[in-house]
Amino acid sequence: MPLHNARLQRQTLYDTIFRNLTRVAAFGVLALLAAILGSLVMGSMPAIHAFGFGFLTNPEWDPVNDHFGALVPIVGTIVTSVIALIIAIPVSFGIALFLTELSPRVLRRPLGVAIELLAGIPSIIYGMWGLFIFAPLFADNVEPWLNQHIGTLPYIGPFFSGPPMGIGIMTASIILAIMVIPFISSVMRDVFEVVPTMIKESAYGLGSTTWEVMLSIVLPYTKVGVAGGIMLGLGRALGETMAVTFVIGNSHELGKSLLNPGNSISSALANEFTEAVGDLYTSSLIELGLILFFITFVVLSIARYMLHKLGQREGKVS
Amino acid sequence: MKAENNEKPRISVKNLNFFYGKTRALKDINLDIAEKKVTAFIGPSGCGKSTLLRTFNRMYQLYPNQTATGAIMLDGENILDKGQDLNKLRAKIGMVFQKPTPFPMSIYDNITFGVKLYESLSKNDMNERVEWALQKAALWTEVKDKMNQSGMSLSGGQQQRLCIARAIAVKPEVLLLDEPTSALDPISTAHIEKLIDELKEDFTIAIVTHNMQQAARVSDFTAYMYLGDLIEFGETSTVFTNPKRKETEDYITGRFG
Repeated sequence: MPLHNARLQRQTLYDTIFRNLTRVAAFGVLALLAAILGSLVMGSMPAIHAFGFGFLTNPEWDPVNDHFGALVPIVGTIVTSVIALIIAIPVSFGIALFLTELSPRVLRRPLGVAIELLAGIPSIIYGMWGLFIFAPLFADNVEPWLNQHIGTLPYIGPFFSGPPMGIGIMTASIILAIMVIPFISSVMRDVFEVVPTMIKESAYGLGSTTWEVMLSIVLPYTKVGVAGGIMLGLGRALGETMAVTFVIGNSHELGKSLLNPGNSISSALANEFTEAVGDLYTSSLIELGLILFFITFVVLSIARYMLHKLGQREGKVS
Repeated sequence: MKAENNEKPRISVKNLNFFYGKTRALKDINLDIAEKKVTAFIGPSGCGKSTLLRTFNRMYQLYPNQTATGAIMLDGENILDKGQDLNKLRAKIGMVFQKPTPFPMSIYDNITFGVKLYESLSKNDMNERVEWALQKAALWTEVKDKMNQSGMSLSGGQQQRLCIARAIAVKPEVLLLDEPTSALDPISTAHIEKLIDELKEDFTIAIVTHNMQQAARVSDFTAYMYLGDLIEFGETSTVFTNPKRKETEDYITGRFG
């Protein structure tokens, strides 16, 4: 009996230690997040004092006269990410649909692995490939076509006219799309695979086509996972630095055309930190970082909220 | 195999063989399914009863390496013909599965899902159709005030009746029930069994069940299958009280299986 008690006590002790260890790990993350946010805010104080909220809407970035505004990189970051998603989501959906429903069984694994390998390629490789291979091809073959055929249309024309230089917002968006497709499509494939066969068979049994089953059954059934995959891709697109820096052109000019070079927050940071002289220059760059942090946070929160609303509309008790 | 009756056959199965890859899962099945009657398929697991049911709406075709040979005649056409329009076929033959499979949408949309595939009804007609299907499935009074709630928020038994309503909303001729009560409690099971009895006024029903009492209670004809063979087929009362084959007797008296 006493032996038994001693063992029980030891187990209780181990349990306590283990519980506290996990708690420390969990709260450690929170503390780290707070610390990063805190140091960003502190670092950007001089810029916040100097420019106030005007920093967000000022397109001027003039290191010589110490005048800084973040509009160009903010717009560049958001526009490239959004265009990247517009391209990547349908393509990823197609890939996932093919891999889960249509592909012959022998092809599924090799194709799936190939897509996962694509996700593992370092971003600098994408950047180099984008700059040396893709941008010239794009400049010679696609951009003149865009100029001629879409650039002349009313309303959307101005977005697609401009010198065919190869580097610019559009090129950066396409490279970003290629980079996020593996993430989004592999998440989509994984969640599509867990949809119970029987629920799909029920829809097929009513006479639905594969497309109708995917769109009206599988997609709503997996919407939380799919949205998660898209957010993962968006997170990567917003923060992607190296590849974008190579092909976006790094110009602090606010042009209407997507073919013009632009800038994104992360490429501005990567390019300019080394040459930032003066407190205000450094501080403005740190504030850019803070803004990126904020954008990511807001985007994720909106996504969460939308999912929550969607769940409520269906009357699901969750 | 003919049941001794003069019923009009709705589905005639002729020399049906079924293969999973090279494994032969159904062996020369011949039987007629009578119109507006309930035909039950019983037998131990792996005997091919679900496989047989899944040939009637060609569900097996979703999977590679599954093939059927022979003929299954419905309205003078062979279901197994390559040229058979699957969507039209599945409009004529509804199916309900082992577990409730409500779609991730509202109760109303669950019912209209299949209907919309074939008909474009006005709002009013659609409402009527939904009410009709839910009435038939004995679910209307329970859900009429919460049509916009998710189908997944219902209880298991209600979900299964929702699935039956969804299947009959398309106005099929034949209903295939693949162990429809195996995931339900006894009370819900009783509900469904009562429902099957009412549904046979309008539909031809084929039901696969593990539960022999259920087969005895709900069906007019019973087929006993074993290892891909149709061992005995006849009127339920005869099969259960006076089986012609020793194997059937052993199975229904519980000496085997």
